[in-house]
Amino acid sequence: MNRSLRRVAFAALLMFGALLVNANIVQVGQAESLKNNPENHRILYSEYSHRRGAIVVDGHAVALSKRVHDQYKYLRTYPGGAVYAPITGYYSFNYGSTGIESAENDILSGDSDKLFVRRLSDYFTGRTPQGGAVDLTIQDKAQQIAYQALAGKRGAVVALDPRTGAILALATAPSFDPAQLATHDFRAGSRAYRQLSHDPASPLLDRAISQTYPPGSTFKVITTAAALASGRFTPSSQLPAPNELSLPQTTHKLQNFQGEQCNGGGNISLADALRVSCNTAFGGLGLRLGQNEIRKQANAFGFDHSLSIPMGVARSSYPSNLSKPEVAFSAIGQDSDAVTPMQMAMVAAGVANGGVVMQPYLVAKTLAPDLSTLSTASPHEFSRATSATVASQLTQMMQSVVTNGTGTAAQIPGVSVAGKTGTAENQPGQPTHAWFIGFAPAQNPQVAVAVLIEHGGVGGTAAAPIAREVMQAVLGQ
Amino acid sequence: MTAATVSAPVGRRRGTELALLVFALLITVTAYANVGIARHHHVPSGTVGYGLGLGALFLVAHLVVRRFAPYADPVLLPAAALLNGLGLVLIRRLDLVDRTQPGSAPHQLEWTVIGIALFTVVLVVVRDHRLLERYTYTAMAAALILLALPAFLPASHSEVNGARIWIRFGGFSFQPGEVAKLALMVFFAGYLVRKRELLALAGRRVWRIDLPRARDLGPVLVAWGVSVLILVRESDLGSSLLFFGIFLVVLYVATQRASWLLIGLALFVVGAVIAGTTIPHVHDRFDAWLHPFDPAIYHKAFGGSYQLAQGLFGMATGGIFGTGLGQGRPDLVPFANTDFMASTIGEELGLAGVMAVLTLFLLIVARGIRAAIGTRDPFGKLLGVALAFGLALQVFVQVGGVTRLVPLTGLTLPFLSYGGSSLVSNWVVIALLLRISDAARRPDAIPTRPPGPDDAATMVVRR
Repeated sequence: MNRSLRRVAFAALLMFGALLVNANIVQVGQAESLKNNPENHRILYSEYSHRRGAIVVDGHAVALSKRVHDQYKYLRTYPGGAVYAPITGYYSFNYGSTGIESAENDILSGDSDKLFVRRLSDYFTGRTPQGGAVDLTIQDKAQQIAYQALAGKRGAVVALDPRTGAILALATAPSFDPAQLATHDFRAGSRAYRQLSHDPASPLLDRAISQTYPPGSTFKVITTAAALASGRFTPSSQLPAPNELSLPQTTHKLQNFQGEQCNGGGNISLADALRVSCNTAFGGLGLRLGQNEIRKQANAFGFDHSLSIPMGVARSSYPSNLSKPEVAFSAIGQDSDAVTPMQMAMVAAGVANGGVVMQPYLVAKTLAPDLSTLSTASPHEFSRATSATVASQLTQMMQSVVTNGTGTAAQIPGVSVAGKTGTAENQPGQPTHAWFIGFAPAQNPQVAVAVLIEHGGVGGTAAAPIAREVMQAVLGQ
Repeated sequence: MTAATVSAPVGRRRGTELALLVFALLITVTAYANVGIARHHHVPSGTVGYGLGLGALFLVAHLVVRRFAPYADPVLLPAAALLNGLGLVLIRRLDLVDRTQPGSAPHQLEWTVIGIALFTVVLVVVRDHRLLERYTYTAMAAALILLALPAFLPASHSEVNGARIWIRFGGFSFQPGEVAKLALMVFFAGYLVRKRELLALAGRRVWRIDLPRARDLGPVLVAWGVSVLILVRESDLGSSLLFFGIFLVVLYVATQRASWLLIGLALFVVGAVIAGTTIPHVHDRFDAWLHPFDPAIYHKAFGGSYQLAQGLFGMATGGIFGTGLGQGRPDLVPFANTDFMASTIGEELGLAGVMAVLTLFLLIVARGIRAAIGTRDPFGKLLGVALAFGLALQVFVQVGGVTRLVPLTGLTLPFLSYGGSSLVSNWVVIALLLRISDAARRPDAIPTRPPGPDDAATMVVRR
């Protein structure tokens, strides 16, 4: 019988061989796809069972994890609420994460290479891994005021420190409470998400960095910079300012805002044209400069560049292959120019900083769970948009916009403010978007802002006062 | 004589067994401490106590072998002890998930004590495995009664999770199938030893294969019929498969005729097709096996693939080295401590752990079959192969089910799954394999030991 016994032994060996091969297939071959199967919640459970690090502003947490007594152990809470929602983003079981929660997930969850040594010791001691904290550049007061100023409106405010690029405020409205989506009551979370994503006001949209708009007359700062940089124009160069600018190749005419006259229909200096935001003068200037010079200048301010702060910022763009009439319109920020409020804040900051645009950033420091510093942000130059001379000429011209031009509503007592208003036509029949970009103090800039109010009307009345409040908050007034 | 008592003859290898047992104990205690550290950041307070208790149990088993089966294979007991110890640790680990529930580990520990007690009884009472041959038909009757019992009890006393394989009275529950399995092995071996000459007679020869005579098909048809009956009456796919598989292999070894395997396989396929199409419970298992990630099947409230898919997720998440004991989520798999112990191992100990555990089982199987080969009597050979192959088949169907190699059945993973009947009966399997291997390795020329004064008492038992 021994021959058949040996065969049975061989059969048993084959059976175990099949089991071993199959275990390899499941645990190695198919491991990735099984791990990432949407029904496999293990990775999420393990993330949830760690204490996720806090997101900190001015020493206070705007997002932090709290120990709760359910199977997920830690609940993400948002003391920063809707004010900070565009910055923190949300951290949701069903809908993933956004904002800093997503961009700095490695630090917050503790998975960062910077925390490797600690993780290694966690592994051997069985200590529950903890995430590190992220300290932001935001100034709470400016952020609060920016959000309050946007109440009831749709729009965005961005404030930068022009000297470093540190983001001081990044507000958007309407906003939402991220706690609604971070809840462990997944059914309620789903309901909230459905409601938010179907809301026509798009509260989940971060208007400051994710949405582009026509810049309107704020773009004239860029056209002016291109003109000054060309060497063919100075602030006192005289430009024709007809009531209507006849355009080549079309019967369509370019008009001033609400058909107004700039300077009796005669000539106007470049400085005055910017001060009163004269469309016909800038339309003509655009035609003389040509689209390539304008595009070059726009790109020098950051158009057509990708940017992360660390969240990705939508690309702003100056259109290509324009016809002559389109060039005229593009020079006054119409046609298909598309910008984010972040981009326009960078334009203001670049002028404020002697022509050097600093890379905007939100994360000042990352901290280990024991609060030792892992990394500190160091300011980086993003681009040299203009020469120092052009920047100083622009600053003076933008100051007069605020002192006795379209932007008087941005005046701050005792502080010289530079700025530019914008009133952008968008869809026909819709109210215009209101814009204001600016910085203060003009000679020693500490803050640069961009304010956008969707369909808010005229920039000088709807956006400039908000810019003033935010600048005042940063300047401590 | 003096020489024989002072220095043990070469080939006993009891020292090896003891050393391996110490090793098994060390692994178990380390794993236990690891679970505590991972879950509560400190070595559990009971570590030393449990370690000593388990060590004492292993030592008793070792001493029993040393005394009553001195030539037995030295690997069988440590391999079983390690599996049992690991099972205790894993059950304890799963207990920790929900501390509001009374844990299962203390019960499993009680059953371990009973298992080793029964192991002792078997080795002490069954001094020679041939003794069992006398009870061939008694074993058959016992097996049939045990198997049939749950089918005739009201469901409230026999059904758990859709399978009517229990006897339940009050707090006590017991799977008679586990004992029936052992009795059936004895019956198969005893019966086929007597009939093998007859069943080996050739009938017609077709394609170089000698088919048996038609009238000799009786026994295999009866075995098949009983298996199908178990399946239909008790919805117990696993046991049904196991009984039939063991019977076929013993029949093959007894007669050395591969044709029996072919006939058996054909009958199995017929049975599987009929069962798959007519019995909803079995049909569901096939569906879940083929399409575990189909949302309709995954989300089915009963008979879906949720458990299977979650087990696979766990094993995949564990990957090669596992999450570490106490650091995965094996509790997301329903019945992780019984049917899905393999996925718990896969998740927390990784592919490495699964391969180690399978290797332990393979060691037991291989040493069991080696004992069958080594022993001289045909009954011992058949019983040995029944025990060893039965274990192999059970592990194959069980782990294969969890890892989706074959459809899922309701079998337990020997020594590892929570469940007393299974644990105790597997300790008896080990005892019987040790007994057979003792006979196989015992040098014929040397008398086992000189008669001593205490032999009188044991002679009564031996008769």
